[in-house]
Amino acid sequence: MRMETKMSTVTSHVEAPAGVSLPIYMDNHATSPLDPRVLEAMMPYFTTKFGNAASRNHSFGWEAEQAVETAREQIAKLIGATAKEIIFTSGATESNNLALKGIAEMYRERGNHIITQVTEHKAILDTCKRLEKNGYRVTYLPVKADGLIDLEDLERAMDDKTILVSIMAANNEIGVLQPIREIGKLCHQKGVIFHTDAVQAVGKVAVNVIADNIDVLSLSGHKIYGPKGVGALYVRRRNPRVQIAAQIDGGGHERGMRSGTLNVPGIVGLGKACEIAFEEMDNEAAYLRGLRDRLKNKLESELDYVHVNGSMEHRLPGNLNMSFVYVEGESLLMGINDVAVSSGSACTSATLEPSYVLKALGLGDDVAHSSIRFGLGRFNTQAEVDYVAAKVIDIVKHLRQLSPLYEMVLEGIDLTKIQWAAH
Amino acid sequence: MAYSDKVIDHYNNPRNVGQLDKSSTEVGTGLVGAPECGDVMRLQIRVNPETQVIEEAKFKTFGCGSAIASSSLATEWIKGRTVDDALAIKNTDIVKELSLPPVKIHCSVLAEDAIRAAIGDWKKKNSVAETADAAAVAH
Repeated sequence: MRMETKMSTVTSHVEAPAGVSLPIYMDNHATSPLDPRVLEAMMPYFTTKFGNAASRNHSFGWEAEQAVETAREQIAKLIGATAKEIIFTSGATESNNLALKGIAEMYRERGNHIITQVTEHKAILDTCKRLEKNGYRVTYLPVKADGLIDLEDLERAMDDKTILVSIMAANNEIGVLQPIREIGKLCHQKGVIFHTDAVQAVGKVAVNVIADNIDVLSLSGHKIYGPKGVGALYVRRRNPRVQIAAQIDGGGHERGMRSGTLNVPGIVGLGKACEIAFEEMDNEAAYLRGLRDRLKNKLESELDYVHVNGSMEHRLPGNLNMSFVYVEGESLLMGINDVAVSSGSACTSATLEPSYVLKALGLGDDVAHSSIRFGLGRFNTQAEVDYVAAKVIDIVKHLRQLSPLYEMVLEGIDLTKIQWAAH
Repeated sequence: MAYSDKVIDHYNNPRNVGQLDKSSTEVGTGLVGAPECGDVMRLQIRVNPETQVIEEAKFKTFGCGSAIASSSLATEWIKGRTVDDALAIKNTDIVKELSLPPVKIHCSVLAEDAIRAAIGDWKKKNSVAETADAAAVAH
């Protein structure tokens, strides 16, 4: 007796409909395309309005300074801050470094304990590791199966040496929204500074530094249809006034917190991106949620053994992170090579370790290896979503015909009972 | 990462996908890798008891494109060889044929392991003395 699987080819026969041009970009958590309106705003500052914003003696300088101050207002308005509380940086990695190292240094006499959590971006986790080497104590809170921290864990972790809590607003892989308002409230009750890495949240969901009790906040231009290489740090000036020790010394720019000639075109672009987000965020969130749910529903109705990673309730509107169990993520990406998405499988890395974020949710490595992150953005269309869904369904079905695991599961074999040979 | 044309070809048109009857004495089955590592290969052979020639080979693989290609290629290469000849295939031959980059070498190692495990299983069923090599990878 011989059983055979008939299979001609794995290559998908799903064709892109008219109006859908390939490749499709659906990886907007990694970076987003520049909005044409942002580019338009930036252009003069590359060409005729090239002045140094710190030049106080001529119109070129005044013009640049005025543009920077307008941008500061636009950013402040989006997050409910005042312009003076916005410090420009080169991006969110720098903002996170400046926030953590600058606060740790400034408040060293008050204490040496910092609290963060395990699914933070590496810009936070690696900065914390550096601080640990320099004598600080860092608590890494776990997350629940839905990706959110437990507020009771946070409260228990606080002690009289705690100076800073840093918890992200939205996760870059699974898009879950942490309860930042409650975290901020708890911090304020205990007299602890609250920093949030809000790179993925700002411009996508409502973030208000007053209502959400945020003291320090990192944001970035290129995640919100602005340019790369520019970001900002919000530093609260009242109730409480937060002080930050500069990490880059020089001309004393940005109220002494961040020296260096300002990236005027980038800053203008960041400001414009924030202005657009302020005006369009509500409509855009509803639009993206509609697309995201359409994608999810199509995938779930056509495929078995799929599941969403992280809370659906507390989630960015444009994020869908899904595991297609018994199919390895990288092979799936190879099959949908005209669609730009990301995989939680790290088959290309030397360690072979899958995503630490997915592992923190308690997912097995096998399920983590099977995950795909879809990051929907402003310029995605319903026709694109329909094409991507059809393509993923087609390729997953083909790869499952190739998967010994899927076959075993259909035959009723319990994969956890098999003695696998690790390699 | 860019894949070589040969990897893409095996991924798009995998050879010898399927399953042979595990319980047959002519069939040897090798199941190597682990789901948590992101690759599992199952390679099966049907051996002619008279000639010891592998007349049929089938595989199924859970893994990246390079893992799929490595196992697909392995089935192509072992078909028509005697079991002893098949044991002479080295992972480095697979690396060369598919132009695998360094991070994908483990895929070729797994394919070699799968060949050895399948042959080991067949030898055990047929009370053929195992080579030390084959015994080491069978589990």
